[in-house]
Amino acid sequence: MDELSRILIQALGQLIAPATAAYALAAIGLNLHFGYTGLLNIGQAGFMLMGAYGFAIATIEGAPFWLAFLVSAGAGALLALLLGIPTLKLRGDYLAIVTISAAEIIRFAGRSTLWADYTGGASGLAGSTYKGPFQALSPLPDGRTTIGPLEYLNNGSDSWWTRIFAWSVVLVAVLLVWLITRSPWGRVLKGIREDEDAVRALGKNVFAYKMQALVLGGVAGSLAGLLFVLPISVAPDNMGRTLTFFVWTVMLLGGAATLFGPVLGAMLFFFVYMLLRTGMRAGLADVMPAQNVEHLAGLMVGVALMCIVIFRPQGILGNKKELAFDVR
Amino acid sequence: MSAENTTEKPAENTTEPVELDDETLAATVVDSETARQVTETLAGVEPKVGVAKPDPILRATGVQRRFGGMTAVDVDHLEVQRGAITALIGPNGAGKTTFFNLLTGFDKPNQGTWEFEGKQIARTSAAKLARSGMVRTFQLTKALSRLTVLQNMLLAAPDNPGENLFGALFRPLWSGVEKRNTEKALEILERFNLAQKKDDFAGSLSGGQRKLLEMARALMTDPAMIMLDEPMAGVNPALVQSLLGHIQALRDDGMTVLFVEHDMHAVRHISDWVVVMAEGRIVAEGPPTSVMQDQAVVDAYLGAHHDTDLGDDSLLDPAVLARLEAEEEKR
Repeated sequence: MDELSRILIQALGQLIAPATAAYALAAIGLNLHFGYTGLLNIGQAGFMLMGAYGFAIATIEGAPFWLAFLVSAGAGALLALLLGIPTLKLRGDYLAIVTISAAEIIRFAGRSTLWADYTGGASGLAGSTYKGPFQALSPLPDGRTTIGPLEYLNNGSDSWWTRIFAWSVVLVAVLLVWLITRSPWGRVLKGIREDEDAVRALGKNVFAYKMQALVLGGVAGSLAGLLFVLPISVAPDNMGRTLTFFVWTVMLLGGAATLFGPVLGAMLFFFVYMLLRTGMRAGLADVMPAQNVEHLAGLMVGVALMCIVIFRPQGILGNKKELAFDVR
Repeated sequence: MSAENTTEKPAENTTEPVELDDETLAATVVDSETARQVTETLAGVEPKVGVAKPDPILRATGVQRRFGGMTAVDVDHLEVQRGAITALIGPNGAGKTTFFNLLTGFDKPNQGTWEFEGKQIARTSAAKLARSGMVRTFQLTKALSRLTVLQNMLLAAPDNPGENLFGALFRPLWSGVEKRNTEKALEILERFNLAQKKDDFAGSLSGGQRKLLEMARALMTDPAMIMLDEPMAGVNPALVQSLLGHIQALRDDGMTVLFVEHDMHAVRHISDWVVVMAEGRIVAEGPPTSVMQDQAVVDAYLGAHHDTDLGDDSLLDPAVLARLEAEEEKR
């Protein structure tokens, strides 16, 4: 019984974990790209890595927290511009190829010894080198707080302060996405998703709209990278293709082109993922080593992604009616 | 996509080919004041290729588009009269749609210039052209499936401050404009018999209704000139009649209409001027009645031996074949 409640509490903790907030924010950005505008970005991890490096390096170089926050956002915007200018005039598939390669290039550039003075090379940047200014901002008194079954330190890396901050950023992002997608601007994005030539024929500057969406989603991605590294460290190999596909799973699970889909998707995904891993580790301890359990859980995520796309392409919150006819 | 996705698929392209007799078509002709005026003005224009019009809204000169070694479009000169319905006809592969794409900025020419309302527009982007008053529809209808009919209409309205990223954040900046646009959209939808469908997804409309929606949507941009690419393609005969009525109504509201079509019957009754293309060139132009009798047109359309029944057994006779071939040589 003790074992079971431990597993459940661990899974519950995932609902509000900082990493879950980071995935939710990354999926919000991806949702702007894919869900609303139809842009195929298969390199969201690249944006996250840019944001993480931007934030950490700026802080290490002595920037105050909010300046480092802006540097992180700017890094995502810059990457979006760099990738968007040559590819947004081409067919959608090209953006997909370019984003996935860019994400890998950024990761390899981060790992290389060339700029190791700034990026720390393959071992990355230790959390203690850049967390100071953020943790100093905390208004909470020192100590521990228990809410229900969950107990964390007030301040520090894996703390209530990190959670409050991370989810506040997610909340602001949801609010902004709500404001812009209910507007005529959001309607143009959806029009572009359906058929960009038709929108062009009606006098809209399609390239500019796609660029705005790419930059906004990219900034969400890079800030998600910031949230991702706040409780841990910057390690380029933690932020590779797997991360991108987890973000895709989160977004598709919740429902593309829905407001709360990414948030719900992230919470549900990590709740179940943790439940599976800890559950299998306890239940299958006699059958297979813990290492294999991790792999098995990863494999199940892949199968889940396929099942969502095949059996419920609109996700949990999506509108079934929208898929009642062929999109193309 | 899953199996249930096919259940609500609209019955598109399942209609019979358009087969309307001339009487029905003649009945759709609106005898308006504008129609009479336009006919009168164009009566004074000599029906020959590249002729100057009294009041051209669009003038194209030396337009060429080549794909590899093939010249798809080679138009020396064309003027389109303001306020008239001009039909661009020609057999399949004549270059009509390519020419159309060039004029509307959806394709780039190898050479050539053209002006719209006196302004050079040869290398202007499609979006900018649309904003300056020249709007087009597509041969393969482009309804925005996962937007509602009303959203399709509102999307087309020009100058909405809410379409600016920063304006979008503040609803009071655009709610007024949005309300006026909605009224206008509903009025237009009413005219096109789509008002009851306003909250349906455009993807759930039938093929013909999508054509109507596309035309209605184009009107939301307040165009001076509307370009229709095969508006009658894949539409059932009953709807063709109402489409023809709508096209004439556009002219009577003061718009210039240029439309591509390959069905000559429909064209004859509603157009004020007909331009015929074949193999990339303009081979004839003039009022519909005279152009249809032009030998170049008949040949381009039907081939020189259109009255020969290819199922006729006499074609198997070598002597008859030899005579036909000799005739072909002489042409």
